[in-house]
Amino acid sequence: MSAEITDAMTSESDIVSIVDLRVTFATDGGAVRAVDGVSIAVRPREIVAIVGESGSGKSVTAKSILGLVPSTATSSGSILLRSRDRSRTTDIVDASQNALRSLRGEDVAMVFQEPSTALNPVYTVGWQIAEGIRAHGSVSRKDAKKQAIDILRRVGIPDPETRVNYYPHQFSGGQKQRVVIAMALVLNPGLIVADEPTTALDVTVQAEILDLLRRLRDEFDTAIVLITHNMGVVADLADRVVVMYQGKVVEEADARTLFSSPQADYTKQLLAAVPHIGQGEARAAVRTQERLERDSSTTPVVVARDLVIEYPGRLGRGGFRAVNGVSFEIKEGEVLGLVGESGSGKTTIGRAIAGLSKVTGGSLSVLGREMLGIRERAFRSARVDIGFVFQDPASSFNPLLTIADCVAEPLVVHGRAADSRDARAQVDELLEAVQLPKAFGDRYPHELSGGQRQRASLARSIALRPKLLIADEPTSALDVSVQARVLELFTELQREFGFASLFISHDLAVVDLLADRIAVLYKGELVEEGTGAEVLGAPQHPYTQRLLASLPVPDPIDQQARREALHRLQAVDG
Amino acid sequence: MTATTAQTRPKRSLVSRIPLFEQVRSSIGLQRGMLIAGVVITGVFVLTAVFAPLLAPYGFAQLRSDGTPFGAQEAPNAEHLLGTTVGGYDVLSRVIWGAQTAILTIVVSVILSIFAGIFLGLVSGYIGGWLDRVLVVVCDAIYAFPSLLLAIVMSIVISGGRSDLFGGILAASISITVVFIPQYFRVIRAETVRIKSEAYVESAKVIGTRAPRIVFRHVLRNATRSLPLLLTLNSSEALLTLAGLGFLGFGIEPTAAAEWGYDLNKSLSDVTSGIWWTSLFPGLAIVLAVLGITLLGESLNDLADPRLRGRRAALDTGAPTPDNGAEPHGAGATGESIVADDASTADDEERVS
Repeated sequence: MSAEITDAMTSESDIVSIVDLRVTFATDGGAVRAVDGVSIAVRPREIVAIVGESGSGKSVTAKSILGLVPSTATSSGSILLRSRDRSRTTDIVDASQNALRSLRGEDVAMVFQEPSTALNPVYTVGWQIAEGIRAHGSVSRKDAKKQAIDILRRVGIPDPETRVNYYPHQFSGGQKQRVVIAMALVLNPGLIVADEPTTALDVTVQAEILDLLRRLRDEFDTAIVLITHNMGVVADLADRVVVMYQGKVVEEADARTLFSSPQADYTKQLLAAVPHIGQGEARAAVRTQERLERDSSTTPVVVARDLVIEYPGRLGRGGFRAVNGVSFEIKEGEVLGLVGESGSGKTTIGRAIAGLSKVTGGSLSVLGREMLGIRERAFRSARVDIGFVFQDPASSFNPLLTIADCVAEPLVVHGRAADSRDARAQVDELLEAVQLPKAFGDRYPHELSGGQRQRASLARSIALRPKLLIADEPTSALDVSVQARVLELFTELQREFGFASLFISHDLAVVDLLADRIAVLYKGELVEEGTGAEVLGAPQHPYTQRLLASLPVPDPIDQQARREALHRLQAVDG
Repeated sequence: MTATTAQTRPKRSLVSRIPLFEQVRSSIGLQRGMLIAGVVITGVFVLTAVFAPLLAPYGFAQLRSDGTPFGAQEAPNAEHLLGTTVGGYDVLSRVIWGAQTAILTIVVSVILSIFAGIFLGLVSGYIGGWLDRVLVVVCDAIYAFPSLLLAIVMSIVISGGRSDLFGGILAASISITVVFIPQYFRVIRAETVRIKSEAYVESAKVIGTRAPRIVFRHVLRNATRSLPLLLTLNSSEALLTLAGLGFLGFGIEPTAAAEWGYDLNKSLSDVTSGIWWTSLFPGLAIVLAVLGITLLGESLNDLADPRLRGRRAALDTGAPTPDNGAEPHGAGATGESIVADDASTADDEERVS
């Protein structure tokens, strides 16, 4: 941090300048410094991305701009926020609650991560937008509604005159995020803080929201502070990038420089950990070759023929068909990657194979047992050969049992050990296999980090040496750098134990890294299936093409070209 | 919090393993005051009950000492510190002995109701379906039943309305049990339904664990979070029902045991004639016992919930962010979840402090 940067920070033209911000939280374990001497300046019409993994202090820094730190926190330093016309400057750190209230919305607004929880379900979106307008000055109900309709139109909600009276549940996820953005925009603030605005959205919807955010800068002249952990999103949108690690800024550069020549070691690590499409092809080829040499007469472990899974509807309504006529098979020792958006039925298929969801039509054969109409009693013996890794490592462990108890559970249940003490030797071996120290067995799940927990979860799933492992988005709750290591571990384990696997993910790049074959699901139907090279190299189905084009890559120049390609694709579709 | 425990789990000292010590230490301000008040009052109540034979100057049914009667409605004096009742009993002794009866009622009623309630709640919540629906409807129906009326019926059934010690305690306990079982049932069932869809229960299912093992190993222990609060609230309700029974004249005979409600009843006519000591002290005993137990339960509940627990403001000591030993990248994840947790409940915190 040289004098030159400090000079730039105090410049009058900046919309917000954060100087030496420190935020400390009071926790049960004593004071925790979440933000440690951070200085950032945002110029008008600039998109600044703050990146870093969870716990890096990026969210706390951004929320501090709105004075939204919880009461257990104490802040020092200064955050000078200027209004759009420069008529007032406020130091957020010292500002009173009243002053903060009046500038929220007018000078700075926030877009939240999860649009479905940021909107109140019992009021119409028009009412919620008008609420913001009327909180900042006496505007009649009618005028406020007019403004609401206008702003909805500008964020791209079709037919805003009618839809202003809709309730949040009547919008799709992407449209809800547009409404949230409209609420942030309606008082025309000079700065918008967007906290992971696209994390909860599907890739194709994410691309649309990123386009909208870019338009905010171009059409509304709004500066944006973007918090994200997704380097692709950063490459797509940001002008300047601030990399944070453990409460400190480790690097700050404009986007192109950062991606082409990162300076700090941490940034280099972070960029290297991001999976790219195309990495997996060579590996997959080698694996397929190995498998063919090993055993040519492999029988499929899972065979699905015209599989149909319906969830029963409420009284008087038909059921919801989550999976519709899907056929695929998984051979022994093969990794099938299942890709699709939320609601595409990918998790349902995984759960059906594990016997957690009922199959309602077609045929699904798992390890030689027909799942259509099977009873739990008949399936229990097959469970020995099935492992399951859940999405959220935080909730897939019983919080009151130690890691060793949890990992020993399958061994105890299937009579391989009398109790968890008896199984301890095997548990230690398993923990070693997933590269966790033995001593971790005595800890409780909350004492482990997300990545460590997911590794323990892998240890539990392979405890019985299963023939089939179902992994349901095992890395989507993890940071990029942690994800890379868990994926590596998965590959190693798969090679060592040779289990067949269904790997479910929404991230094409992750699936590409691991899978021998990739299946793409869209609205409950299988639209494309083939090797990684076939599906990702030359996608046939328009949905796969769009999915692939929507995936932002961590390279600003490359991403710009892809963005234009996507727009062409959309123009053809529309 | 997590960061420090991840490195070395300090062995908890002997002192900190005494129940409630940890809670008192981690609380601040008003919450600490409430907790300590609750602990002290409840402690005095329990000790009084246990040591009643030593503490009370006379027996609960004693009318005379050294052959001379106490005399009725004597004002507080050196021999009878709190005076005597209309029946000629010593008020102080009756109040002290009454604690014993009260504790017995609480223990019996809680034991009778807690096991059945928890078991039914677990079964109903985990199995679901028609069994669940039937049990819920039955419990709703029981809610509509006034517990005092039930207690009166019970006391008539058990001992024809004129109760000895155990008849009276059982009448109160059973009537309370009938009303309490649905409460435990409700709480445990709701928790079970929530926990049933947790990933760790599903992962147990995927392993092939049988239902009884899932219910007792994974669900039960996680479902008992809110029991302490319910337990204390029910204890005070048990106490009130016993007192209510006694007040209405269905209580325990004064020769069988001391009972505050009965004493209150008998002192009704004294109030108008300016004899205050016969009603004031049993009444105070009831109020204090109920207040102490309720304070204890409420503050334990608040302290167990990190969102309701008050904390001292952090002093910026200049200490660096605690380093996360084993895995620098991932270990921070828990750190942020603490922060997020706090953020979402900033309003609660304000309300409490």
